[in-house]
Amino acid sequence: MVTKTVTVINAQGFHMRPATVFAGEMGKFSSKITLETNGKTVDAKSLMNIIAACIKCGAEVKVSCEGEDEAAALAKAVEMIESGLGEA
Amino acid sequence: MLKGIGASDGIGIGRALKLVEKPIVYEEIAVTDTEAEKQRLADAVQAFCRRSEARAKQMDETGADGAILRGHIAMLSDPYMLSQMNELIDGGTCAEKAVETVCDMFIAVFSMTDDELTRQRAADVGDIKKQVQKLLLGIEDVDISRLPPNTVLIVDELTPSMTAEMDKAHVVGIVTERGGRTSHSAIISRALKIPAVLSVENALTLLPAEMELIVDGHAGEVYTDIDDQLREQFLEVQKRFAEKVALEEKHRGRPTATKNGIPKKLYANIGSHKDLDAVLAGDAEGIGLFRTEFLFMDRNALPTEEEQFEAYKAIAVGMRGKEVIIRTLDVGGDKDIPYLNLKKEENPFMGFRAVRYCLANRDAYKAQLRAILRASAYGDVAVMVPLVTRVEEIIEVRGMVEELKGELDIQNIPYKKDIKVGVMVETPAACLIADLLAAHADFFSIGTNDLTGYVMAADRGNADVSYLYSTLDPAVLRAIKYIITSARKRGIPCGMCGEAAADPRMIPLLVSFGLEEFSVNPSSVLSVRCALSELDSVACDAIAEKALSMETEKEVSAYLGTL
Repeated sequence: MVTKTVTVINAQGFHMRPATVFAGEMGKFSSKITLETNGKTVDAKSLMNIIAACIKCGAEVKVSCEGEDEAAALAKAVEMIESGLGEA
Repeated sequence: MLKGIGASDGIGIGRALKLVEKPIVYEEIAVTDTEAEKQRLADAVQAFCRRSEARAKQMDETGADGAILRGHIAMLSDPYMLSQMNELIDGGTCAEKAVETVCDMFIAVFSMTDDELTRQRAADVGDIKKQVQKLLLGIEDVDISRLPPNTVLIVDELTPSMTAEMDKAHVVGIVTERGGRTSHSAIISRALKIPAVLSVENALTLLPAEMELIVDGHAGEVYTDIDDQLREQFLEVQKRFAEKVALEEKHRGRPTATKNGIPKKLYANIGSHKDLDAVLAGDAEGIGLFRTEFLFMDRNALPTEEEQFEAYKAIAVGMRGKEVIIRTLDVGGDKDIPYLNLKKEENPFMGFRAVRYCLANRDAYKAQLRAILRASAYGDVAVMVPLVTRVEEIIEVRGMVEELKGELDIQNIPYKKDIKVGVMVETPAACLIADLLAAHADFFSIGTNDLTGYVMAADRGNADVSYLYSTLDPAVLRAIKYIITSARKRGIPCGMCGEAAADPRMIPLLVSFGLEEFSVNPSSVLSVRCALSELDSVACDAIAEKALSMETEKEVSAYLGTL
């Protein structure tokens, strides 16, 4: 398993639009991908669970990936969050 | 006339059309052929996605934003959602109930969060639930895709799907029974630029169908008995509003400066980190007043340093390097926080409040200052101290800040080394010693709301004396001028974060006095930028000289009102 902690920088955090794009991209990987923040861990491929986790701007998120394509999945997740989830 | 919440500016004049939804009724039958039932659900989901996509396209074509509907498709397509529904069906639950159970679970989770945007998503899930159930049951909604011209739509609550379907070109006003300024109905009506009044109690019962109505989306009023005179009057308001919007929009994204090119800072006032979107949408260049009381209210104990840090950091990061002035806790006066166990005071406005409370409760104050310092590593953060009356107070706060900086250095925690500490000037004492305070402050910001009350010794909430409460009173004008002049003499910037900074009568005087930063409601930013761009500072000097030579508030306001 590979992990990395990143900070959410886009103003709205993980909301509808960014979360949709993010969950969609994560769905393309076969690895199990989770986001951990504020003591909650959610499935990164589930839009509804990401929204329920209320991940706001400035939050630190620990991304964990486990599976065959874990390195690529982690790289993509980190790049998306650090670039402001397409809203920067 | 019916009162509600004005949620989308503008005037709409048209005929009432009431939209009452058909009820969803189904029998909970135990399912035996679970595969067939899952197929029935899959068909409904597919139909839902197809229809939503078609409507989203329609919205795109009319210049509206179809994103909300595409969001619905994404939500319902979440593999987690669908597999949960299918699992319920496997257990013998019918499709209608499976949709209801899973959606209700998410509605509950979203509604319980402390985040306004997430709570709004609960409305989307509710909308999805109803639509999929109707598809399963074959219930067709009233067709609102073709409406008569000049329709005022009256609904319980505007759903995103209703919005997509409705014949927007013919809707001139929206009235709802539910929803506030940040509800779905509000956001949608502002996006469509349709005047809207929300939370009008019993609107569906009280307003007769076909009746002519005037919707005043600014005042939050719906007029019913309309005669020619009232109609004429509102047509005029409608025309002026359209002209004003067109003019203000031209200033979006432009720098703020007077007509003769003197640059000004134009900031926004906010009461919570949730207001960030409004600040960005309003095109503000920074935050001139970030009130922190919201972090302390509606709870049973002081917020931790960590909680405060997260909230301050969110704004600092979200503003991306633009200045954010955080005002430290302004408790007391009219703001009571039960767990602080403040004594009932005879005269709370002259009592134990703001910096007085903070300096007497140093542990709590240190936690707040430390949280602000830590957040300053993420943006251009400044500290503002409210209700200062003596030089010692600002010296003491600065001492605490320096001490905390030392602590953070030892702990290797980053912060902005040259963080600015300023004074919110809002008491007559601070005004009279503005020259002395300026030597100890990095900036001033004039809080005109309290300053006016204290200078005039008048409570604006008291109907017997509220006539005295006016920022245009010669006494208040002199106070403001002296504060700004003292800051300029010392070479520190001076801003204003009270309502007066957005008052078109006041702005010429503030330009003449040399105010550098105007901090206003996010929604007033464009109108203030527009007003400033039309003012020549030399002409403002003449206006200020004349206004300050007047003896009465009545003369001043009459004179400034005609400019």
